[in-house]
Amino acid sequence: MRSFTSAATLDDALAALGTGARPVAGGTDLVVGARQGKAPLPDAIVAIDRIESLTHLDDSGGGLRLGALVTHEAIVASEVVRARFTALADASAIVGSHATRANGTIGGNVMNASPAMDTGGPLLCLGATATLRSAAGERSLSLDDLWSGPGATTAAPDELFVSIDVPAPADGTGSAYVRLEYRRQMEIAVVGATAAVTLAGGAISDARVAITALAPTIRRVAEAEEALVGGDGGDADVAAAARAAAEGAVPISDVRASADYRTAMAEVVARRAIAAAITRAGGGDVPIPASDALYGA
Amino acid sequence: MKTDATLTVNGTDYPIEIDPHLSLLKAVRDEIGLTGSKEGCDDSECGACMMLLDGRPVNSCSYLAMQAVGKQVTTVEGLAGDEEVGALQGEFLQQGGVQCGFCTPGMLVSATALLRRNPTPTEDEVRLALAGNLCRCTGYGGIVKAVMETAAGHVAELPSPPVHEARATPHHAG
Repeated sequence: MRSFTSAATLDDALAALGTGARPVAGGTDLVVGARQGKAPLPDAIVAIDRIESLTHLDDSGGGLRLGALVTHEAIVASEVVRARFTALADASAIVGSHATRANGTIGGNVMNASPAMDTGGPLLCLGATATLRSAAGERSLSLDDLWSGPGATTAAPDELFVSIDVPAPADGTGSAYVRLEYRRQMEIAVVGATAAVTLAGGAISDARVAITALAPTIRRVAEAEEALVGGDGGDADVAAAARAAAEGAVPISDVRASADYRTAMAEVVARRAIAAAITRAGGGDVPIPASDALYGA
Repeated sequence: MKTDATLTVNGTDYPIEIDPHLSLLKAVRDEIGLTGSKEGCDDSECGACMMLLDGRPVNSCSYLAMQAVGKQVTTVEGLAGDEEVGALQGEFLQQGGVQCGFCTPGMLVSATALLRRNPTPTEDEVRLALAGNLCRCTGYGGIVKAVMETAAGHVAELPSPPVHEARATPHHAG
């Protein structure tokens, strides 16, 4: 029998999950997925979109804490995110359309666990930690430990994603997320890449590179990061890192692109993301979203 | 099993009985009978179903009607208020922004959401805001111009409604 309840509090939501209900926030993935035949809508639905305690974007501690219900619209509007967690702003700025960004939440985006979703690479490169809660308690885990495959997570059915924490980036850090797209809105990444680099005394002291829509889960590529650390971020290092990122790809062929095309484009998109992150780390300007700004670069 | 729910659409409360899986679009079209919003792709790709939810745009085909309870839903029928044709709608007519008309309700709602948040958009901002709305007639030029002209404060001078008596005395080419 179908049922629908709207949770007023987090405890209400957790109790409903404990009896087998599934959560809906903005509905932008859940309802569309059901229509496409990916997974039918669950019989018992608990709407969590009115739980006020999950709506906060908190940047007071230097780091960033996003409640599960923070929308992409709110992320892009945050001056702190734009200035210090820039790759995340690049990503949220291009999720879906203005309607998707007004309703779609960071919690839904992370827990949908699509290997092509936009905010995943930035969150991974910026070292984010997700917090899940059930009636029995709370646990925090890295995104590598959360995502277990395309559309799959290690969260138990009675656990709700409540927030994600992103630590304060080191001084001299710049980041960027770039995707290849066929359409400017209502698009997901054909391939995508994220880079976060820290410059200290003219050299790269830390580098993180992640690839999107190029493997069963969004993942960092250690070889690409190693190609950058210790160097000056010049063109040769950027090219070598981009090649390494592409070599880390194990893409599929689907309706959106062939595996060969994805592999070829991985290097291009990774190069743009790495170069943009280095530019930003050095204080240079790359407009948000970087994808638009770097078209054809 | 159906559930009692009250949806508030264009300022009016509509008590209806709906299946918990029903989309907002289907509730508004089939249960309430406001058919201005269109179902195109039913997949959030085309934007023909665009409504405002507490003032922000939503693809109503991909939003559960039950989640809209207690929120203000605005459809194309509610955009002009008491006017027969609002300023934006007038510009769509003036600029030829309407061809087959199927995308028009969604275009008008998306453009309204943009103009409320950004009353003086650039052309690129208009194109980006409307990029989630597809026009299969490809009449984007007139649509974008209509939004730009509305933003510039232009008020369309619309022709008088067609005189239907004319049909009785058709012209005959000599």
